[in-house]
Amino acid sequence: MNLDLFFQYIVAGITYGTIYAIVAIGFNIIYNATGIINFAQGEFVMLGGMIAVTLQHLMPLPAAILSAVLITMTIGAFIEMVFIRWLRGPSVLRLIIITIGISILIREGALHIWGTSVRALPYFTGTSVTSINMGGVYVSPQVLWVVGISAIIVAFLTVFFNYTLPGRQMRACSANRDAARLCGINARNMVTLSFMLSAAIGALGGCVVSPITYVQYDSGTPLAIKGFTVAILGGLGNSTAAVAAGMILGILESFSIWVLPAAYKDVISISILLVILFVKPSGIFGSAETAGLKEF
Amino acid sequence: MSRGRRSILWVVLVLISFVFLSGNSYAAETIKVGAILAVTGPASFLGAPEEKTLVMMVADINKNGGIKGHKVELIVKDSGASPEKALSFAKQLIEENKVLAIIGPSTSGETMKIKNVAEEGKTILLSCAAAETIVNPVAKYVFKTPQKDSYAVIRIFEQMKKMKLSKAAVLSSNTGFGKAGKEQIEKLAPEHGIQIVANEVYDKAATDLTAEVTKVKASGAQAIINWSIEPAQSIVIKNARQIGFNGQIFQSHGFGNIKYVEAALPAAEGVIFPAGRLLIVESLPKDHKQKAVLMKYKKEYEAKTRGEESSTFGGHAYDAMLILTKAIEKANSTDKEAVRSAIEGLKGVVGTAGIFNFSPQDHNGLDMSSFEMLTVKNGKFVPLKK
Amino acid sequence: MKEKHLHLLGFSSLIVAIQLLTQFTDSGYHLTQLTMTAYYSLLIIGLCMLTGYAGQISLGHAGFFAIGGYLTAFLTTHDLSLYKGKGIVVILAKTGVLVTRPDLYGGDLLTFNPWASCIVALCITIIIAYIIGGPVLKLKGHYLAMATLGFGIIVYRIVLASELLGAADGISDVPAFRLLSGVEITGSSSSRVMNYYIAWGLVTAGMALLLNLIHSRVGRALASIHGAEDAADAVGIPTAQYKLKTFVLSAAFAALAGVLLTHYNGGIGPSEASVMKSVRYVAIVAVGGMANLWGALVMSLVLNYLSLRGYFGTYDDVVFGGILILIMLFAPGGLLRRHIIGDIRRIFSPGDGEEGIS
Repeated sequence: MNLDLFFQYIVAGITYGTIYAIVAIGFNIIYNATGIINFAQGEFVMLGGMIAVTLQHLMPLPAAILSAVLITMTIGAFIEMVFIRWLRGPSVLRLIIITIGISILIREGALHIWGTSVRALPYFTGTSVTSINMGGVYVSPQVLWVVGISAIIVAFLTVFFNYTLPGRQMRACSANRDAARLCGINARNMVTLSFMLSAAIGALGGCVVSPITYVQYDSGTPLAIKGFTVAILGGLGNSTAAVAAGMILGILESFSIWVLPAAYKDVISISILLVILFVKPSGIFGSAETAGLKEF
Repeated sequence: MSRGRRSILWVVLVLISFVFLSGNSYAAETIKVGAILAVTGPASFLGAPEEKTLVMMVADINKNGGIKGHKVELIVKDSGASPEKALSFAKQLIEENKVLAIIGPSTSGETMKIKNVAEEGKTILLSCAAAETIVNPVAKYVFKTPQKDSYAVIRIFEQMKKMKLSKAAVLSSNTGFGKAGKEQIEKLAPEHGIQIVANEVYDKAATDLTAEVTKVKASGAQAIINWSIEPAQSIVIKNARQIGFNGQIFQSHGFGNIKYVEAALPAAEGVIFPAGRLLIVESLPKDHKQKAVLMKYKKEYEAKTRGEESSTFGGHAYDAMLILTKAIEKANSTDKEAVRSAIEGLKGVVGTAGIFNFSPQDHNGLDMSSFEMLTVKNGKFVPLKK
Repeated sequence: MKEKHLHLLGFSSLIVAIQLLTQFTDSGYHLTQLTMTAYYSLLIIGLCMLTGYAGQISLGHAGFFAIGGYLTAFLTTHDLSLYKGKGIVVILAKTGVLVTRPDLYGGDLLTFNPWASCIVALCITIIIAYIIGGPVLKLKGHYLAMATLGFGIIVYRIVLASELLGAADGISDVPAFRLLSGVEITGSSSSRVMNYYIAWGLVTAGMALLLNLIHSRVGRALASIHGAEDAADAVGIPTAQYKLKTFVLSAAFAALAGVLLTHYNGGIGPSEASVMKSVRYVAIVAVGGMANLWGALVMSLVLNYLSLRGYFGTYDDVVFGGILILIMLFAPGGLLRRHIIGDIRRIFSPGDGEEGIS
């Protein structure tokens, strides 16, 4: 394998990895605020892409994306309010099963609304063949968009959680719910806000990624699984670690093709998940203490 | 009432109601046709157009008075590409609904599971799946309507030889469709002088295949042959062109949906693939035998689905129903055995996939001429100039 | 004790009654779906034991079903004629494990006989369950759920990718399973009634086994583990061992179901290992009442039967997803319980303000 090939694989890995990282960040936000693993996170990504494609026929691209994000945010809030808000002291098992059920309903709903057809947004810049030659390695401009937008999301979230009032209120709730309520923070609204934020991030990710990967009614579930793997790999609740973990998983998957038939690519990521769960469930970057802190 | 006893009471009530309520309305005059299709699930690319086609055709037939005066009752079951469901539905259709024939299933995996059930139940099976093993060894009641994958592969190889290409990389998806094509390619390559320098199977839900095409590019392949029916078809082309692979790209007949071209433009320009003539029906000469049938199907399908492009896969269901209709007319009876023999004697039936000529040894009826080589030019399908 | 025997007797009579009913109404075709349902129910009562009584969620049980099914399918269809002269094949042939039968094209196939493949499949599944069970059961909550989900997905990916196991097409032409002379597990319609009784007989036996377990020391230990694991530990109950054994037992039930259904169907495909199947099994256990073996059995009967008859059409998955949500929201203890009305009333009564997720 020569150097060019090596870097080409790395670029491919970064492409996958960023996609997974976006989903993982969505998981982490809700987990931090509520302790719930939202299995429907992948569906937010799918919804963002599908809605944007439908709207794109009616309005210019940026407006379509913005609307899709807003609509998905509303759906996220709706889900929280209808299914989760009024549960009293639910067990972990119950919540897991509820979110799995929600993800199934969203997926089947998408099936009956949009059918089985496959959709994609047009490339933001250029077309499907333009590629930028960066020293022997070919990169599609859309990949740069994906990476760029992910970086913006991470930056935004860092600012949000550290410097804005709602963000700090959310962190307070994660740290100690009762103390936060004593300070007058409405914990229930924080939960809804976390769902809305996760949905928005997922939807934006879905939009920016759809030219490369296409969206279909069932593209949410595999993404959720990979995203979850990445979230656990980085340590549940730690989003900056999730980005790094995403890169690692993406690159590992990419290089696995060199040694294993491509058909076994998914086995790699699941095996990594199992190994981490057995050996160090708090993730490669995490420790039991930081996992308990539930910080961004 | 104790817990256990209450449960048993529920069961008794529910089951009794089902055993009695599920009786069928016996309209003695209707011809019952069953269909097991993968309308939803991983093979919906095949099953959804097939279902729409059958419903459309049966409505048409009944509007025109039925077959020989008998109305047709279509019973569609969605198997979701699950063999165990297909099996359960097959038994149900044969034993309970007592259908004359079953159209489908959409995938080869499901068909192989119910092949024996159809034989045992002495019910005609007109499969819309393409595996060779469906009709080889020949089973009395089992037929199939798609063309042989081997013909498609041979046409591609012949084209490669014309273009003086001999090193091919094979990419296929992990579905039954991809697997069948891959097997034929591997089997037929040596005798056509084609060398396979790379051979990768990817997941059908794969969203980026850059790593795979990178490996292909490094292998020195002169051409890529991709065999799948998913969006992966478009992704392969895009990724290959993005990393600078400039060789010829061949696709399977699964590429025959203009949406894949639109999704991959301009990378899709110049792709060559074998397909049924439905895709280029407008450019067929007026006296071409298939033109009338194809135009009719295309217009009707697009009118009924409000603009969805007709696909060659829906055409397989069309051909199945057409063959069944012609056989009933020929046998002038709705007896299973008579209709079955009639199918074996059908010659010159003009369908969407080609012109069918059946015989007791040939339960597929199509030959190499059923495929046309097409390419993409200016975003449209056009016949490849010889 | 006596109540339990009464239930089993009542259940058996119900099974016979249903069969006679179908005979009198000439609707014997129902037996096909009922037989398939029986095998799925075998898996479900095992899962109910694990989830309800031992309190461990498993989102990957379809994986064990598939391991059992695929192993037996592979061993009874893979032709060993090529290796006829080699050592191990000769040994196997001598011990009567191998059998010759004609194949599709008129040639001869040298394969395992179903008894041998069944035993091999069960043993391998038990070994795998032991190996995986250890580390997996140390996890809690989300992590346990994800680990079992991951296991199920790996099995799915492996059977989907592996050429030997038929990849996407699965394995067909699996022979009938001859239990005794004249008694075999097969899908052919002439043996419909016999197969119906074989299947439900096995389920009844399984129920008897599990009911015995529940009412024994082991069952009480499991109940205490489910209720308060730390307390159980403190009292000296070897919780890890009991959890592991229950896990292995439920895996064995699942694998047996897989083996027998594969022979009944004459084949198996990767869809049997899919995540949706595992979710479906959990949904059925949940709706029947987590710790209610009879409830799970009844629900399995009803829901699987309806699904196999295509009653839910294209909304099949929606139904199970919807059931999951409705049950978890409104009746987390399941439907078939004595105090169900009271529970539902309690959920809708005015609560005490700011509880919610903690």
